[in-house]
Amino acid sequence: MNTFSIATAEKNVLAVEQSPGYWSGVFRRFSEDRIALFAGFVVLILVVLALFGPWLVPADPYQSSMLKRLKPIGTEGFPLGTDELGRDMLSRLMIGARLSLFMGITPVLFAFAIGATLGIIAGHAGGWINSIIMRTIDVFYAFPSVLLAIALSGALGAGIGNALLSLTLVFVPPICRVAESVTSQIRGRDFVEAARASGANAFAIIRVHVLGNVLGPIFVYSTSLIAVSMILASGLSFLGLGVKPPEPEWGLMLNTLRTAIYTQPWVAALPGLMIFITSMSFNMLSDGLRSAMDVKQ
Amino acid sequence: MILFILRRLLLAIPIMIGVALVCFSLVHLAPGDPLVSVLPPDASADLQKQLRTLYGFDRSLPEQFVGWISRAVTGDLGTSIASSRPVTAEVMKAVKNTLILAAFATMIGFFFGSLFGFVAGYFRDTFVDKAASFLSVMGVSVPHYWLGMVLVIVFSAQLGWLPATGMGSGGSANWAWDWEHMQHLILPAITMSVIPMGIIARTVRALVADILSQEFVVGLRAKGLTDVDVFRHVVKNVAPTALAVMGLQLGYLLGGSILIETVFAWPGTGFLLNSAIFQRDLPLLQGTILVLAIFFVLLNVLVDILQTTLDPRITRG
Repeated sequence: MNTFSIATAEKNVLAVEQSPGYWSGVFRRFSEDRIALFAGFVVLILVVLALFGPWLVPADPYQSSMLKRLKPIGTEGFPLGTDELGRDMLSRLMIGARLSLFMGITPVLFAFAIGATLGIIAGHAGGWINSIIMRTIDVFYAFPSVLLAIALSGALGAGIGNALLSLTLVFVPPICRVAESVTSQIRGRDFVEAARASGANAFAIIRVHVLGNVLGPIFVYSTSLIAVSMILASGLSFLGLGVKPPEPEWGLMLNTLRTAIYTQPWVAALPGLMIFITSMSFNMLSDGLRSAMDVKQ
Repeated sequence: MILFILRRLLLAIPIMIGVALVCFSLVHLAPGDPLVSVLPPDASADLQKQLRTLYGFDRSLPEQFVGWISRAVTGDLGTSIASSRPVTAEVMKAVKNTLILAAFATMIGFFFGSLFGFVAGYFRDTFVDKAASFLSVMGVSVPHYWLGMVLVIVFSAQLGWLPATGMGSGGSANWAWDWEHMQHLILPAITMSVIPMGIIARTVRALVADILSQEFVVGLRAKGLTDVDVFRHVVKNVAPTALAVMGLQLGYLLGGSILIETVFAWPGTGFLLNSAIFQRDLPLLQGTILVLAIFFVLLNVLVDILQTTLDPRITRG
């Protein structure tokens, strides 16, 4: 999957610099892509839930009741039923968007900042700086991503901070590789050569000539990681390594409801459906973004 | 060719040393005393010191690393703190179980992934393509631990057709390739196969579409070859990359089986890792991760070598 994505990112580099009205073209192509627009709409709803959840929920998501445990979907007053402690599922799913999105998106943002910086430095500098950075990245690449995330957060112990830290470390290597690959392509091009010949220092070349050409492809690649990150982040909570109870987070809710699969199976499956919808939307949004930014299609 | 293989193996050695260093650091990243899980709360200072020496925690970090890695090379990964059994034996038993699951899942994923990929690539931009592509996006987007739960709900809890957990009577020791045991494999393997399925379908679709638009295909058609013959050429061109992706996916599944094994109580490496984490059994944690990562590195090398052999266009160097 990764070599494939690097190849696409490289194609984007060439595309970015060719057309003068590039961004208006991207916007036009994106607005014609109905699947991507729909996915964007779903993401927007989730973001609204995450930001304004506390004011939108119909009931108190922390209010438990021993009498009203595990009510089925469609119960009066509890449209999506109740969980194993009698808390309103609809409210918990709505407010769960907050922590789940936060845990899924933040690591990719951090990894984008760190990975892009390291990759651009490595790609632009070349030589021994490149070797040191990229060989270190290679070591982390030698771990399957799920294993690395679980190993790190398993060793560090449960908690939001540790989960974010381990997920960030998981996503730095792939982003760094893409950044290095597109930057070293740009580095060899005539306009960078010309800037160097006219006496611009490395910092100015990166700021003026490199960043504008590489950030787009790196960004698009990073957005494709959000879906993976959502699944992994909720997976950590599902294992008991991320968010701690009683906070509503979809992965953790799925974990605590696992015991209810014989009594109230469809209620128990709901938090996972939310993770699925979210990661699917991010995937389709990222696919749309990629084809909108690729002039060749 | 032999030179190429040797070179490729030599290149993997620094990576493996790096991997070992990361695994080793994991234990020392961990907050708190690694012995805390075995020590009784009222342990005397003497007993504490004795245990510390026994597990080697009293020496300096570089000393511990060199000792650990030189023993690891000979196959000794230390002793599990929780069970007092050798880590290597525990891990190898679990690796076998995970390998059964991952290999089965990869085969299912490869079969359906190639099928969807070929269909989508051949009928590009038609409804069939859109449907197949949608399925493959679903494959990479679905949280597989949830899919596992849903399958258990439908096929075990509701219909009662298949067992929900475990490896069958007698556990992994009595494993046999008969229906009684195989039925335990079905749900976890299907759950696990959706990820490679999605990724292989995407890869194959892109490859097929690319190959069909190349001039040599037009040439073959012009020469009067039937569709079946053209198809054979396409398969030949897709195979090396598709197989390489499949090999890498097997590696990802081996390392990433923890969530699925937890859902299905499958006694593999993921299950072992899970108990190592929650019992804070650091030698076991360290050993399991090391074995899985080394497996992954070697698998990468193997895939590289096979791909070079299968695809004459890739130069050896």
